[in-house]
Amino acid sequence: MLRRLRGMLVKEFIQVFRDTRTRTLLFAPPIIQMLIFGYAATLEVRHIPVAALDYDNSQVSRELLSRFTASPYFDVRAYLNDRREIGDLIDRGEVTVALQINGGFAQDLRKGQPARLQVIVDSSNSNTALVAVGYINQIAARYAQEFQRTQLLRTSLFASSQIPSIVLERRPLFNINFDSQWFFVPGVIGNLILVMVVSLTAFAIVREREIGTLEQIMVTPIGRLEFILGKTLPFFLIGLFDTALVSLVGTFWFGVPFRGSIGVLAIGSILFILCMLGIGLFISTISRTQQQAMVSGFFFNMPAITFSGFGTPISSMPEWLQTLTYLNPLRYFLEILRGVYLKGVGLDVLWPQMVGMGLLGSIMLAISVARFQKSLD
Amino acid sequence: MTDHDTIPVLAHGLVKRFGDFVAVDRINLEARTGEVVGFLGPNGSGKSTTIRMLCGLLRPSAGQALVAGFDVAREPEQVRRRIGYMSQKFSLYNDLRVIENIRFFAGMYDVPASLLNERTQWVLDMAGLAGRESTITGTLPGGWKQRLALGCAVLHRPSILFLDEPTSGVDPISRRRFWELIHAMADEGVTVLVTTHYMDEAEYCNRLVLIFQGRIVAAGSPTELKQQAMTGELLLIECDQLGLALDVLQQVPGARDVALFGNALHVVVPDGQTSIPRLRDALSAHGVAVSRIEPIRASLEDVFVSLTARLSDRRT
Ligand SMILES: Nc1ncnc2c1ncn2[C@@H]1O[C@H](COP(=O)(O)OP(=O)(O)OP(=O)(O)O)[C@@H](O)[C@H]1O
Ligand SMILES: [Mg+2]
Repeated sequence: MLRRLRGMLVKEFIQVFRDTRTRTLLFAPPIIQMLIFGYAATLEVRHIPVAALDYDNSQVSRELLSRFTASPYFDVRAYLNDRREIGDLIDRGEVTVALQINGGFAQDLRKGQPARLQVIVDSSNSNTALVAVGYINQIAARYAQEFQRTQLLRTSLFASSQIPSIVLERRPLFNINFDSQWFFVPGVIGNLILVMVVSLTAFAIVREREIGTLEQIMVTPIGRLEFILGKTLPFFLIGLFDTALVSLVGTFWFGVPFRGSIGVLAIGSILFILCMLGIGLFISTISRTQQQAMVSGFFFNMPAITFSGFGTPISSMPEWLQTLTYLNPLRYFLEILRGVYLKGVGLDVLWPQMVGMGLLGSIMLAISVARFQKSLD
Repeated sequence: MTDHDTIPVLAHGLVKRFGDFVAVDRINLEARTGEVVGFLGPNGSGKSTTIRMLCGLLRPSAGQALVAGFDVAREPEQVRRRIGYMSQKFSLYNDLRVIENIRFFAGMYDVPASLLNERTQWVLDMAGLAGRESTITGTLPGGWKQRLALGCAVLHRPSILFLDEPTSGVDPISRRRFWELIHAMADEGVTVLVTTHYMDEAEYCNRLVLIFQGRIVAAGSPTELKQQAMTGELLLIECDQLGLALDVLQQVPGARDVALFGNALHVVVPDGQTSIPRLRDALSAHGVAVSRIEPIRASLEDVFVSLTARLSDRRT
């Protein structure tokens, strides 16, 4: 038993490490993707391109617009004279937001009547659109408040202190600067491990099926479990190694704080990798060619990442989808990663996620092992 | 090891269906200890499928097969310990060295550590690969690869050997060498079931089984087959305009199994004496110049053509 397993392992490692291309493929992409994702995957919305259309052309309207020019969130790209230009600019994606100030704006404001600032927004990226509208609201509200204050100051001194206002006092926990890299880097670790382990495992087995060596192995007395172990153990180890590698990049390159314990992260990673091995193995049992494996892998990876809370928070998904995410191992792993990295929490908090992954992993592995038969039928 | 009184390979009414398609249709098969049985048939006739069932790789849809006395469907693991199998596709690891392939399969077959060196050496000698241990397998010439594959399939000294087109794409000298290996093993009592497309190789077999569209259409020793199958006389015709001649001959009553062999035609007729003049007349009537017509001894290829042609006619 052990000799056969050892034979499988020796063979796998020789194959992985003999070929320079495979060798680099195993370890370079995680780092490269980590760097790319780490810089590109960000929720922050800045430099939103804006077109301004000022029919009022008053000192007040110009002042309001200058607030937008000064804001880091907006770039005023064009000053228009005709509202018909707006549609075209938005269609071509040159601006995301158009601000239109109609005539009489300054007058209304002075009279204390509601003054209208019309906002036309390209909501094809709903996230950006929402964030943009939020910022516009803030700028407009602050401007209105200040306007009111100067008005009052002009009429009666000291009265300004009586204007009631609520000031937001932010006291963020865990991620003080709302740095979105902090949020994303742990997520990227999860994604990478998912993609790497699932596809490597599936490909490794399907390739043997394709080139015919699987058939030759099947006529030997090797046990199913020996074969599966021999085939998955290397990727388990490689997966662990990649987790460590990518975590190091996260900590030392991106400076994401690592507040929890390495032990907790290791347990989480092991459970997660087991789940992914189960999926990879399952894909290999339903694919005859590497292309099929790639397509099946894609069908798993996409939803797994989308519904993991990597980008879109799970709490903002429809209820039924939220329930479904409990079947997604990546969901648990991301919670563990973020918990360990940013909050420094331990098993006392994260045990439900561990149990969740443990259960899912056992079920998937059991199904795949049962499906994997030493036969060509 | 098989006892001498169990028949190493015994199949009865073996059927394999893929969906509605019947790839193997009620095949009966027997191979005795030390026998080399050749399995012949055109592409897609079900040779590989049959062998895979005998190796326990495919579950028979019906029927039963005993290999080394064990039922292939119920005890495939027992079967696997006792057989060697070379699949139709070269299936060693091209990216491993020769020695690594040997060690890998020795490990899979549980060759005891104490025997490992001896067996490895034996395989290297047999395959003529001594001194090439650290060559990357993928860079070996075809014939060498096939010998290595055979070596890896017999590392555990199986008493039964299934070889699926072991010599396809191999040059004639390497093929001959390969067959010498097969016979050497058969002489030691190994039972060999081998498929091939090469008719000259069929002559090396003790017994032949002809399979066509999933059914066995003839079986026997090469000599028996030639006598049995060729009712009538085989004529060789050398002439010009082969295509036209082929059409003409097919119209002549009594002439059958007309086939092109190189730059001559073969045709089977009930009786040479009376037929030769008739054929000659028919051909010259169509302007075909005949340089030679004479009876010849049937080769296995003729038997094969004759049998398959007759069956295809019947089915279409
Ligand atoms: N897994 C499968 N699913 C469906 N059909 C199959 C399968 N395996 C084989 N067949 C079909 O069964 C028939 C017999 O195939 P088989 O490989 O046994 O033929 P063969 O005699 O070995 O041919 P060749 O000389 O080309 O190797 C073919 O028509 C093939 O297409
Ligand atoms: Mg075949």
